[in-house]
Amino acid sequence: MSRTVALKALGLVALAVLALLLPIIAPDPATTNVAVFTMMYVGLATAWNIMGGYTGYISLGHAAFFGFGAYSLGLLLNHLPIAPGYGPFFLVPVAGLLAALLAVGIGWVALRTRAATFVIVTIAFMFMLQLLAENLVKLTGGGAGLSLPYPRDWGGDFFNTPYYYAMLALAVLALVVSWWIRRSKFGLGLLAIRDDEDKALAVGVPTRSFKLTAFVISAALVGMIGAVYGYYVTFIYPQFVIDPLIGISMVLMVFLGGLGTLSGPVLGALLLEPAQLQFAYHFGASRLYLVLYSAVFLVVILLMPRGIIPSVADLWHRWRRRRAAGPTASARGARKAVKAASP
Amino acid sequence: MMALVLEAVVLGVLIGGVYALMASGLTLIFGVMRIINVGHGALVILGAYLSFALFRSLHIDPFLTLVVTVPAMFALGVLIQFIFIRPLRTDREALSVLVTYALALGIEGVLGYVFTTNYVELRAWYETASFPIFGFYVTWVYVFGFVLCLAVLGALFLMLYRTAFGGAVRATMLNRTAAQLIGVDVDRVSALAFGVGMATAAAGGVVFGLTNAFNPGSHYDLISRLLTIIVLGGLGSLRGAVIAALIMLITTEVAAVLISPVWASFVFFAILVAVLIVRPQGLYGVRVRERI
Repeated sequence: MSRTVALKALGLVALAVLALLLPIIAPDPATTNVAVFTMMYVGLATAWNIMGGYTGYISLGHAAFFGFGAYSLGLLLNHLPIAPGYGPFFLVPVAGLLAALLAVGIGWVALRTRAATFVIVTIAFMFMLQLLAENLVKLTGGGAGLSLPYPRDWGGDFFNTPYYYAMLALAVLALVVSWWIRRSKFGLGLLAIRDDEDKALAVGVPTRSFKLTAFVISAALVGMIGAVYGYYVTFIYPQFVIDPLIGISMVLMVFLGGLGTLSGPVLGALLLEPAQLQFAYHFGASRLYLVLYSAVFLVVILLMPRGIIPSVADLWHRWRRRRAAGPTASARGARKAVKAASP
Repeated sequence: MMALVLEAVVLGVLIGGVYALMASGLTLIFGVMRIINVGHGALVILGAYLSFALFRSLHIDPFLTLVVTVPAMFALGVLIQFIFIRPLRTDREALSVLVTYALALGIEGVLGYVFTTNYVELRAWYETASFPIFGFYVTWVYVFGFVLCLAVLGALFLMLYRTAFGGAVRATMLNRTAAQLIGVDVDRVSALAFGVGMATAAAGGVVFGLTNAFNPGSHYDLISRLLTIIVLGGLGSLRGAVIAALIMLITTEVAAVLISPVWASFVFFAILVAVLIVRPQGLYGVRVRERI
């Protein structure tokens, strides 16, 4: 047991060092650009998982908070005398706070509904926000887009680096929050809601406020990541920043890695986002990348509906049990033991 | 002003009929299988493109293409149910959303590859010809589309309420397990219901294609409207879907006249929010209290 813990710790440290040193190891802008987007999705998938994975409420409209965060930061920077550079990063939490406020409103309405209806209501809210961004031309610039200040003195290889570390910091924040929730009483309540909401309510879990809290935390994180994204791309358009594809991508990554697990969303994002960027790069013009993307999607869900982490963990536990119990243990007994052992 | 509003109401009813047809297929699929077919919009667009391809190569009337597209889409629906929906055993509701979303993306990609992303439109003489009524002009295409939708909706209701198959469908909608116990082949009913849903999508696609310019990405806008309609009507309720479609489209058309066309879609979603605050289960929905 202690050996596995040590191995895990070693792996984590190695990953952390790699993540921290990446812009130094591979400083060319093409690589760091992929790294920025990958880290962005690590954060997004982890944040989405706090709501979707823990409570089982699937939101397909999280792109709304992403775009809202980007627009919030963009508008703040356009109206406040802040020089481009490191300053704007300090406003990212403000964008997160605004996204959280929006999530209180949306969640208050959307969480009056259950499962299937909730999915649809989140989609509806996303399109509402997209329409607002398009129609409030005086505020957002409408379809012509909104420009954010561009830090001119970050040139060459260095340009992507600050954004990379900002995305990394937010991804780590999302992971810490997710980890903390997973092992808190609050997280236990969320899991109870996922398993059986009515029973959870019956045993005294304040389901309404728990769901709303999880939704708001998730949205705030997504909003902050959206804000950094907006600053990174420096030009945001309603249909590209409140993009249904961004919303569905984070969901797919969570499902690929493992719904409701801590490491699943990270793994999903690390595998899928670089692949997605490659698809878009090679086939983007012919729109074949959408076909490829949908094929990956279908294969994942049909062959591995529980995701990689739970499937692999299951195999690993079964293998270990079998070895520990000797060749006489029946497969059924091993499976029962695994079910009892795994959270 | 009054005349403009009256015109908007008439147009709202006529277009609302088309949305009622498309939404009824979607809500039927939900009712029978408890899945949200996020790909429904893409399948309507696919139907429109199939009609467009036939219309372009054979130069026949767009409505005549239905002879081919309806059976083709029916078969496709049965196939989709068999390959993609049936294997989902656990967590159907959530996974089906993702699977059908993926299908939508795939269809969008294929259509974009074959037809490019340029906007196209189905054309016919009645698309521009109009007739005067109450002091304004109504284009024939809206009337023809409305009549077609009424006919298909009527056929759908007849099938559901007057045939043995319809009985099996309604039994499955009420209680899947109980239906299975009394000998309904639930898998077969599901496959056929999905097929029927797709057939209505094909019919809706023709009318949508005749009344709108469309491209492969049009399905986002369409599906968000259709989903909003079926939530407003109450998931799984055909009657609710028809009434919600009419309410939504009339309001949108009137809002387009009274406020401005760019805000019309916003009003659409705003109604949904308002209704959900008062009545989360929708107009005709039943409050879900499962697994107690």
